[in-house]
This record gives sequence, structure tokens and C-alpha cells, in this order.
Amino acid sequence: MTGEEILKRLLGILQDLAPEADVRQLDPDVRVRDQLDIDSMDLLNFVIAVDEQFGVDIPERDYPKLRTLNDLVRYVEVRLGDDATLEPGSVD
Amino acid sequence: MADFLMPILGADMTEGTVVAWRKQPGERVERGEIIVEVETDKATVEVESFVAGTVETILVDEGRKVPVGTPLAVIGVEGEQPVAARPVPAVPRSSVAMPAPAPAAAKAPGARVRASPAAKQLSQELGVELSTVVGTGPEGRITREDVEQAAKVTARPVEEAPDRQTRMRRAIAAAMSRSAREIPHFHLAREIDMGVATQWLAEENEKKPVAGRLLYVVLLIKATALALREVPELNGRWNEGRVVENPAVNIGVAISLRGGGLVAPALLDADHRTLEDLMAGFRDLAQRARASSLRGAEITEPTITVTNLGEAGADSVFGLIYPPQVALVGFGRIVEKARAREGEITARPAITASLSADHRVVDGHRGSLFLAAIDRLLQEPSRL
Repeated sequence: MTGEEILKRLLGILQDLAPEADVRQLDPDVRVRDQLDIDSMDLLNFVIAVDEQFGVDIPERDYPKLRTLNDLVRYVEVRLGDDATLEPGSVD
Repeated sequence: MADFLMPILGADMTEGTVVAWRKQPGERVERGEIIVEVETDKATVEVESFVAGTVETILVDEGRKVPVGTPLAVIGVEGEQPVAARPVPAVPRSSVAMPAPAPAAAKAPGARVRASPAAKQLSQELGVELSTVVGTGPEGRITREDVEQAAKVTARPVEEAPDRQTRMRRAIAAAMSRSAREIPHFHLAREIDMGVATQWLAEENEKKPVAGRLLYVVLLIKATALALREVPELNGRWNEGRVVENPAVNIGVAISLRGGGLVAPALLDADHRTLEDLMAGFRDLAQRARASSLRGAEITEPTITVTNLGEAGADSVFGLIYPPQVALVGFGRIVEKARAREGEITARPAITASLSADHRVVDGHRGSLFLAAIDRLLQEPSRL
């Protein structure tokens, strides 16, 4: 799966969480939380959706690393990558 | 035979719109089964039937707005003879607020009216005919609040239908104005060490599948629910000049809505539920609150409200009580604080818990014990 495809699906998840926003306008380098009105319940629903759609289980200890859209895409990309030995916490 | 009335889905509700009937004439309805969807100023609510039987007649069509207490349908109760059809009450077929007709549930002229002395006096002052007022007190007794509501509905001028956001702000304004006007609030706060609770939660969530993870607010809700067992008067409601303790602990959780406004539907029997069950219930409530599909009991049965504004950045919360409730518990954000422990200063995560309480019901001493109980319970999260 390419980064572009991952981004498209992540945006779809975010759009479901914040239907009032236009997620295509998000700045990929700015904290998502600063751009969308999301709370911890939204974050949990996001993580659940990522698990369902990508098969990627994001542990809570990695939450602080997932600040921007670019962080998210890279994280999922790495977790889906061939390097199965890569520890989830190593994405930085 | 039983009249199914437009329910009061909140202290601020004076009228509601029938959105959709889930049951049609001739269909059976069980007690607790959804019979109709009603739109209030704050949400679309699925309303349950309080009797089992067969829907005989629908009196109010979909799309019509009627005052609370208006009969919406007639339900034939088992073992009773069906009744002859009766005329549909005259209700304005419009979504625009109109001068309200006398509620059809009101008593016929000359019929005995059950009303409190305060309600009778106020009805004379405001020129409200008691026989047109629907009572919400015990056994249909008319309360002072019922008269006030009737006066407001009767006096309301014709106006353009406001948008949803405007109606929600009005509903909140009405409830909070009443709260500020009628309830002698006092506020207490206590800083609680969350080190043990957050550590325990992180370890628990490591073991759980993603969809089963807990949010820390669920610990706060459960601790509040259990603390109410120790200070049960805070779980009461103010009615007719006295407090009535509620047998069940139904925590109303404040949920902010996208685009503004909030609702506080109930997590029923919160003190008896596991953390996992509360989390599933809270997640479900949040999704349905934002999708405008709450159920009647969830709106009408909170016995206390919990609001967590920590995620929005507030350090502490001193809120207004939602009448007829008598208390509101607020939580601010979790922040690291320097705390002295056994002679050493360490950085510990801490949260400020606050209590807004009705001084007619409880004093500061009991309120302080309540916050202390929440603190104590949060120091043993595995027992929640």
C-alpha cells in the first residue's frame, strides 16, 4: 500500500470522526488535534478504525508520536512494511 | 387504555416534534420498547413505551410539534376493552412555534385538580388555568414548575423557526437560568493524585484489545458512582421543597456536540457496572448523542451529572446543576504537580475534582466527604 493510499484511508477515518470539517484542508505538518475538534473518545475510535482497516494495533505508548498527518501516514507505512522486526515504538 | 404523552425530556423542554412513529395502530408494543422518535431542542430522542399493549390510535402525526403532556397515542392495555375512537386534539400543523393550545391531557373543567399550594398560588398570579396544566409531580400532581412552564408556553409569541443551534442554546439558557435562579449553589474542590490510577490503567490497556481499551474518564465516573453510596443525598432530586433520594445511580455524562452545545445522557446503574461495561456504554452514548439518537430514559433519568473538561484544557470546573438534580461533579485536566510525600517532593499526575452542590440538600461537610471518597476510590483502581 502506498503512502498516498494510506493517507486517503486515514483521511476517510478522520472525516467520519469530524463530519463537520473538510479533512482535505488539513495541514499535514500541523498537529491534527489543533486542526480538528477531537477528544480522547475520538482518538480511541480512530485507533479502533485503524486497527480494523489496516490491521495495525497502535499501543497507547505510541499515541504521543502520532501528532500530524505525516506522522500517522509514516507510522502506518512502517507498521505495514516488510521489516517485521521493527518495534512499534521505534517510529519517531 | 393508556394515553401515551409527549414526555418531558429534560427540565428545559416545553414542546417536542414527532419525528417518526416506530409502531402503527394494531401493532403490539412492549414496555420499554421504542414507540416514537421525538425531536427536542437538543436532540432527537427515541422514546420508550411505559406500558405493554397494542397501539390503538395515533393522535399526532409525524412532523407536528406539540406541548409536553399532549397525548400522542392511545395504547390498549392487556385485559382492557378497546375504547371507541376519539378525535385528534387540535394541534397546529407547523414546525413554527405557535401559541400553544391547552394540553389535551389537562383536566376537563370541573374535574378535580391535584396541585401543590405553591402551584395554586402561582397559577393565580400568572393567570394560568390549572385545569389546562399537565402535572409532572407524584401521581400527576401539578408543581410550581409546571405552572411556570405552562405560563411560558402560553405567552410565547409567534416567531420564525430558529435553527438547531439556536434552539439548543435557548434550551441550555432556560435550564441554566433556572438553575442559577433557584438553586443555592456551593462549590468545593479537591486535588487528587492520579499516579496509581493512570499507571494501573496503562497496564490494563496493554492487555486489552484495541476496542476494549478504557479511557480514564470511566474511572472517574465509577468512582463518583460508588462515592454516592456514601453520600446518597447528592444522588437525589429536589421536588416540592424537599429532597428525594433516587434508588438508582444514573450518571449523566456531559458530551459536547460538534458544532456546539452539549447533552448529558445517563449511564444507568453506573455503580453496579464493570469498568468495561461502563466504557462500552459511554462509547455508545457518545456516538448516539452525536448522531442524535438517544433514548428517552437516557435523557430523563440522570440523577447527577459528571463533566470532564480536562481534555479541553480546563484546570477545574465549577458548573451549574441541572435541575431537578442536586449536584454536579467536574474534573479538570491531569497535570503533573509537585507533591510532598514522606518528606520528599516528587512530580505526580493530579486532577482537580470539584463538586457543585445544592445547599438546600447538603452542606459543605458532606460534600467534602464525598470528594474524599472519590479520592480514596481512585487510589484503588483495581477495585472499581
